[in-house]
This record gives sequence, structure tokens and C-alpha cells, in this order.
Amino acid sequence: MSSSRRDFLKSGLNTAAGLAVGAVTGLALSRSGASDLVWQLDPDVCAQCEKCATNCVLPESAVKCVHSYSMCGYCDLCSGYLEPGAKSRDTGAENQLCPTGAIKRAYVEDPYFEYTIDEKLCIGCGKCVKGCSAFGNGSLYLQVRHDRCLNCNECAIARSCPSQAYRRVPAATPYILRGEEGQRYVEQI
Amino acid sequence: MLKGSVSKSRKTVVTLALLFSLAGASSAVIQRFPKPDFESGYTRPELETPGPRSMALESLDVVVLLLALSLASYFALKLRSRVHIFVLMLFSLLYFGFWRKGCVCSIGAIQNVSYTLFNSDYAIPWTALAFFALPLIFTLFFGRTFCAAVCPLGAVQDVVILRPRKVPRPLAHALSLVPYLYLGLSVLYAAAGAGFLICRYDPFVGFFRFGANFNMMLFGASLLLLGTVIARPYCRFLCPYAVLLNWMSRLSRRHVSITPDECVNCRLCEESCPFDAIRHPFTEKQGGGKARAMRRLGWIVLLTPVVVTAGAWIGYKLGEPLSKGHFTVSLAEAIVLEEAGLRSETSDETDAFRTTGVPIETLLSDARRIQDRFRIGGGVLGAFFAVIFSVKLINLNIRRRYDEYSADTGTCLSCGRCFAYCPVGAEGVDLEQLKRLST
Repeated sequence: MSSSRRDFLKSGLNTAAGLAVGAVTGLALSRSGASDLVWQLDPDVCAQCEKCATNCVLPESAVKCVHSYSMCGYCDLCSGYLEPGAKSRDTGAENQLCPTGAIKRAYVEDPYFEYTIDEKLCIGCGKCVKGCSAFGNGSLYLQVRHDRCLNCNECAIARSCPSQAYRRVPAATPYILRGEEGQRYVEQI
Repeated sequence: MLKGSVSKSRKTVVTLALLFSLAGASSAVIQRFPKPDFESGYTRPELETPGPRSMALESLDVVVLLLALSLASYFALKLRSRVHIFVLMLFSLLYFGFWRKGCVCSIGAIQNVSYTLFNSDYAIPWTALAFFALPLIFTLFFGRTFCAAVCPLGAVQDVVILRPRKVPRPLAHALSLVPYLYLGLSVLYAAAGAGFLICRYDPFVGFFRFGANFNMMLFGASLLLLGTVIARPYCRFLCPYAVLLNWMSRLSRRHVSITPDECVNCRLCEESCPFDAIRHPFTEKQGGGKARAMRRLGWIVLLTPVVVTAGAWIGYKLGEPLSKGHFTVSLAEAIVLEEAGLRSETSDETDAFRTTGVPIETLLSDARRIQDRFRIGGGVLGAFFAVIFSVKLINLNIRRRYDEYSADTGTCLSCGRCFAYCPVGAEGVDLEQLKRLST
């Protein structure tokens, strides 16, 4: 093949390749979203298997327990805070479900106690979530915290979740919340 | 009734709650205890919802990519300066690697595009699409300048090159087929919704984000160790994006050339490429003489349709085992085994499935549908790989004559290491004298 014919062929194929890339890109663009997508777990699907604590690529999991204060019963005998068969209803470490003592209990007024989560201590194991959803109001649940999450293209936790509770949500509304907090969150969009 | 002092009614509530949870209800919310009425003026704290990385920063990444690609092409083709390319490469390592944590990268973006093309419920973010398309377009114009100075995975391998050795030709040819397989499998898995293999087995992202499971860290460290003697092993023998870049680069309008002017065949650049991407003006010796070589080539061409059909059939058959990588299929399999009494224990996955109340038949029909997709996809993948294999065999049996030293348009990474070896255009060097000396 003479060099000019080869060049012509090459130029033609170059244009064809450019059109192919353009076509694929255009087709993908037609399904594109303006917003970035981030990972979040649906608390209603979550099976509280404790894998969120161990499967994150980060040494400290990006998944933490959050507390829906609007749903909480503020009970003295909190099934998310106290172990089943706890000796007494106080802040003794031997009574707590949480392995790292991340739930703080504070007296509000009779007979109500406030429970708050110290995110620095929470490892996202979901033991409190299991207790709260089984015997309580379900106000404690796990969520991906986006000040920690790296938003990997494939989420290692999502892949291992036995109930497939993880899905991609728009970055503008990166949480799936319960209770009044959830309703207010959805309204504010 | 004061909550603190009650024991009997609390016990009843607890028992009922236990029965509720054991009845297999999903973890949907049941307000078991009423909302408190605070008399002391206590106000509930706000639930904090920190947001993810802002869209502005994500968009900035695309702008930086555009600038880096432009600069890389300028440095490689116009300025012809290895130092500039190296410094830009270091910047890319820091920005696209450690700052952006290597995600979403252009290599992984192939999967996002595959996923969105075959799944209507995924809207690919435009930033991921830009990372997929921009390097391809730049490569169509300027060759693989992305590889030289923009890709963070390439950069991290490039900085550890110490004493690069040539990979024996037969091994290099065999290994060069692996990226096609990796690309095909990744596209199949992504399109079928079975996950992102390129991300799962990315050896270097663990270093960029300071976190990965042990096996991946080991893999990455091993590749970097290997990279001290075999230059850029991932780029040359694993990278799936390199398949696309190779194709674009072979058709590119302009390409890096070793000499700034014309090649005088002085042979000084012969050993300068750590990636063995320089074409020599010596023809490869064909064993047995021309007639035998022609017959061999004839047989290969004739057998190509057979090979492709065989590849498609093998791929089709492999569709079923490959489909087990999809969550729904493996779950369906586990449920079937448990229902048949062939498994003594249930797993977390089957337990979770049973609480959803979805009928098993629905799960099985979903799984069958996914397996069908895998069979078709597997057949396409098999045919694709067979075509690549045949083309490779044909290329190996075609004698090509080159007149001068040039960069292999497909595999040259535009790193510019060879520039310094070429005496043409250097100060004080006379081109005509060089030509006379080289003959």
C-alpha cells in the first residue's frame, strides 16, 4: 500500500474512532445525571450483620450509628444501650451493648434519658441498632457518614452486605433518614 | 405510669417485641414506645448530616484533567522535554493519586459507562464520563500522552523504575493478551450489574487512599517491587484502558517521534526504551523461509472463523459460572441448596432474604434472567477475545519492514526518555555529517 493511501486510510479510521468515542459518550450522556452519586445504606433493609464495621477500605469505617431523636422513646431501659440482662440501668461499662462505649446516656427529666452517639468512638458495628430495632423504636440506625466516606467507585461494604441495603443516591441528598428528621430532610430538597 | 418502676408490663412488652421480631418482620420501624412529653423545656438535638465532597471540587478535577492532558501533549510533542513530562507526572501522582484518592479514575470509568449503557437505573455522573472520554480523545490527536504524565497508576509505577530489563518477546506477546481479557470481563461484569472488577483489583488505589484489604496491598506492593526491574508492569500487561488507548494511539493524527527531524539510523536510541516500544528497522526472521511462512499465515487466516466460533461457544458456556459473581445468582443458588436440604446452615444472605418476604420464585426468575444475560455476554466476550487472538497470530506472521527507528504507535507511552538519546537536532550536530557517519 502506498504511503498516501495508508495515510488516507489511517485518517479515515481516526475519524471513525473519534465518532465511535463520541457516540458512546453521547449515549452515556443521554443517561447522565448532573449530580454526583454517593453511597448510602437503607436502614429499612439493613440486617444488622455487623459487616459495616469491618468491610470499609478505611481503617475506621465510614459507617456510623445515627440517632433519630424524634423517634426515640428516651427510655430508662434502653434496649439499644443496655445489654439484655444488664445488672443495673446505669452507665456502667459492663451493662452497655456498645463495645466501644460510644453511646452516652444523660438524665433529662423523670423518667427520660437522652442517648447521644460519640462518632469518634462508634465503629459502626450495629449492635445497638439490633437491640433498638428488635425491642425499641428503631431510632438508632446505621448511615454512611459523608465527611468520612471516600465514595469509592465500588463500595467494599456494599459488595458484602447480605441484604444489599446499599445504593447510590444523589450527592445533594446523601442520607436516607428515618422519622421526622427524614421527612424534614426530604422536604428541604 | 412511671416507666422506671414497671417490671411486669415491661416484661410483657419485651416478650411481645421478641415475638414480633422472631415472626420474620423486616426491620421496618415499629414505634413501640410513645414519644416523650418533655416538661422541663428540653429540646432535642439536631441530627448532623455532613455532606460529601462538593460538586465544585469534582468539576475542578475535570478541568485539571483537561489542563494536564493538554500540557502532557505539548511537552511530549512540541517541547520534547523529558524533564517537563516527569514533573507533570509527579503533579498528577499527587493530585489524581493522593489528593483525589485515585477515584474515579479513567480506567475505572469504563465500567461506569458500561453500567449506564445497560442499566437504566444508573445515571452516570458527567465527571466520570469526562474521565472516560477525554484521555481517549486526546490520544486520538496526540498519542498516549495520558499514560506518560497524567495517569496516577502509571506515575506510581514510573517512579520506581530502577534497572529495567527487556521481557523476552514470546512472553511479552502472550502477556499482551491479558488486558483484552481483563477489559472484556470488567465490561461484562459492570454491564450485568455484578460489580466493578477493575476497582476491586486495583493494586495501587490502596496506597492512594491509605486503606485496602491486605491482599490488595500485597498485590500492589508486589507490582511495585516488580516494577523496579520490569518497567510499568500494570500498564503494559494488565491495564484494560490501555487496550482502548492502544487502538486510539495507533490511529492518532500525531504521535511522539524519537527524532525531531529525520532518523539517520545511528542506532543510539536502540536500548533507550524501558518499555520496549521502539520499532527497529530489522525485519523479524521467519523460520523456514517464505513459502512456509505464507502457508502458515494462510492456515491462520483460514482457521480464524473456526477460532472465533469456538471462542464464542466457550464464552457462552462460561456464562453460567461467571454469573455466580452476581449477588442475585449466588443468593438464588444458596436458597435452592438450603431448600433442598443440601446445606446444614443458613447464611447471613439467605437469612436476610427470608425476612424480606419476597417469594423464592421471583428470586429464581431474576437469577435466570441474569444468567441469560451472562451467557450472551460471555459469548460476545469469547468471540471478542478469539478475534484479538487471531489478529495477534496474523500480525506475528506478517513480515514488516521498517526503514528507521520509530516509536511503536500502539505501545509507546510518550514518556520522552528516548529524546535525549537522539543526536539529531542537538546543538552543534550536523545532520549531513551524521548521515554519512551512520551508513
